[in-house]
Amino acid sequence: MAQGVDATLSGWGQYEQETCSVFRPERRRELVETVQNGDQPNYIARGLGRSYGDSAVNANGGVLLQQRLNRFTGFDPAHGVLECEAGVSLEEIIEAFVRRGYFLPVTPGTKFVTLGGALAADVHGKNHHCDGTIGRFVQSLDLLTAQGEVLTCSPQQNADVFWATIGGMGLTGIILSVRLRLMPIETAYINVDYGKARNLDQALEMFSGDDERYRYSVAWIDCLATNGDLGRSVLMRGNHADVSDLRSESLSRPLVLRPRRKKSMPIHFPNFVLNPYTVQAFNTFYYKRAPQGRRVVDLDSYFYPLDGVTHWNRMYGKRGFVQYQALFGLDNARRGLVEVIEAVSQSRQSSFLAVLKRTGPQGDGMLSFPKEGYTLALDLPNTGQRLTDLLRRLDEIVLKYDGRLYLAKDAAMTADTFAAMYPRLAEFKEVKSRIDPQCRFSSSQARRVGIVDI
Amino acid sequence: MKNSIVIVGATSGIGSALARVFASRGVGLILAGRDEAALQSLSQDLLVRYESQSCVERFDALAFDRHEAFFEACVKRAEGELAGVILCHGAMTDQVEAQEDFEKTRLMIDVNYTSAVSVLNLASNYFEQKRSGWLCAVSSVAGDRGRGSNYIYGSAKAGLNAYLQGLRNRLAKAGVPVLTVKPGFVDTAMTWGLVKADSPVMASPDQVARDIAKAIEKKKDVIYTLWFWRWIMLIIKSIPEMIFKRLSL
Repeated sequence: MAQGVDATLSGWGQYEQETCSVFRPERRRELVETVQNGDQPNYIARGLGRSYGDSAVNANGGVLLQQRLNRFTGFDPAHGVLECEAGVSLEEIIEAFVRRGYFLPVTPGTKFVTLGGALAADVHGKNHHCDGTIGRFVQSLDLLTAQGEVLTCSPQQNADVFWATIGGMGLTGIILSVRLRLMPIETAYINVDYGKARNLDQALEMFSGDDERYRYSVAWIDCLATNGDLGRSVLMRGNHADVSDLRSESLSRPLVLRPRRKKSMPIHFPNFVLNPYTVQAFNTFYYKRAPQGRRVVDLDSYFYPLDGVTHWNRMYGKRGFVQYQALFGLDNARRGLVEVIEAVSQSRQSSFLAVLKRTGPQGDGMLSFPKEGYTLALDLPNTGQRLTDLLRRLDEIVLKYDGRLYLAKDAAMTADTFAAMYPRLAEFKEVKSRIDPQCRFSSSQARRVGIVDI
Repeated sequence: MKNSIVIVGATSGIGSALARVFASRGVGLILAGRDEAALQSLSQDLLVRYESQSCVERFDALAFDRHEAFFEACVKRAEGELAGVILCHGAMTDQVEAQEDFEKTRLMIDVNYTSAVSVLNLASNYFEQKRSGWLCAVSSVAGDRGRGSNYIYGSAKAGLNAYLQGLRNRLAKAGVPVLTVKPGFVDTAMTWGLVKADSPVMASPDQVARDIAKAIEKKKDVIYTLWFWRWIMLIIKSIPEMIFKRLSL
């Protein structure tokens, strides 16, 4: 049986540290044995630890690292379907398949996540308004249940367990392997149109005006600008480039991604580095110097700008940060977004790296986050009580406008707030109690937001 | 022309990482080890990941009488020339348990030393006669000086180091390089829980595999990986025995 080691763990936001008993099975057999006979009261799977809060943290319980269960097991070129273990990272898929003319059908803003984690959070990407979440591209998955059985689930087979697992934050069992439909591409480049919006209204207008023309669409938004500039944004929207879009130096090898020189954040920044003045200065600089017009950009730079800096989360210092991602339906989006941005701006709690994106129709995952509307994600440094107050204030706004928060980012919402945001929670709990009656799978987050009873 | 290499202990952390490095470079692989199912799944992984064909050969370190047949099978199954052999199988049991139980001591000596010598004897005769190819064995910094907490494992590795030195001396005349690899802490199942996985002295199997592949390419004699272990071990080796014997290391 895999050996457990006591360690303190947190999410990517390094917000709260918890002591967990951490296991890292090298073979599937060890994983199954631990789930069946391990001495911890309950377990949660953890991929690369990129969820921001406590989704993959289990205080006083077991955490099962999936990173060594990362074998590719098959590829069907006729249908572009990849079969692999769930500990495979998106980076590994990109490395193996971009040069063969395939890309991920959906990708979040980092490739340093495992496929299992991506499914558990039912991640969305810049193409959500066109393609939906990653769950839509899963042909089937194998789930290790609390009884130690392997259950194959798909939209056709054990459909209720499948749609509870997609977006189910690892609480139905452990995703062992996945069959994922990849997307054929002609080049490793994106044709991007950059455009500035002077304020939120203009940004929303641009999104609603011609977003269908772009497969990928996202905006960086300045959350400190106020009054007439409130919500000023830089939109970055694009489509996969054809060979004819490429310039000569890329043309000879259209599917080759040049390795990027990696930078690393060697230390935690002291807390004073990020303050309202430095962040405002950064935001203004970023807005003013943002490119405009059309450019051809490689996949890495377009989808994963932050992946070039390892440990970028240390920028927020040892105190850590939370990421707050809220979503509002189309009817309420403008009012909700304005109130959120105003609240953040008034509290003077610096947030840069704020992102605004239009989302498409809701998928079938019971606890999946995206529904049609707009979603705003922002980083908030941990300022203790001030942050807690701001988060409660923001939660009120999100609830008032019938919005919701994203579990993969969340580190602080209460059970009441969560229940009000996710109408299919009861349905999820019913499936969970059926396939995991002893509650062998649990996490700090699941207990905090009341998906499982304490 | 395409060449092939044998990786013994291919399902170990370093072995799998080495297999990926060489598969990505289009080298033909013969993956050897005890757990055939794990070898098959590694072979399949390399096929999907790099479109690289590899074959699987069962190898039991303790079945000495079958090593000759094993090596012959490797020569026969090699695609193109058999260009090199890497040994990265090993066993480490708890020092105190090994002190109490000679069977555990013998297991460490037989896996880490005797079985390596057995395979290297066969491979060196083959390459010496052909006057081509190379050999590489993954040893350990633990072989540089015996320490109270780990000296049974360390002594087997020290024996291996001396064997490799002599072999290198012999094969230099035939132009066959012999590489001794001395890894420090590597983040594998063997060290899980002993050292924190995010410690700065911990290397990932991928880092170590890249170092080894580079050293093979440059025909080096002895490498430490990560590099700073050379200096750590230099200090540890230079402590006078009178003082060293009183330290708890």
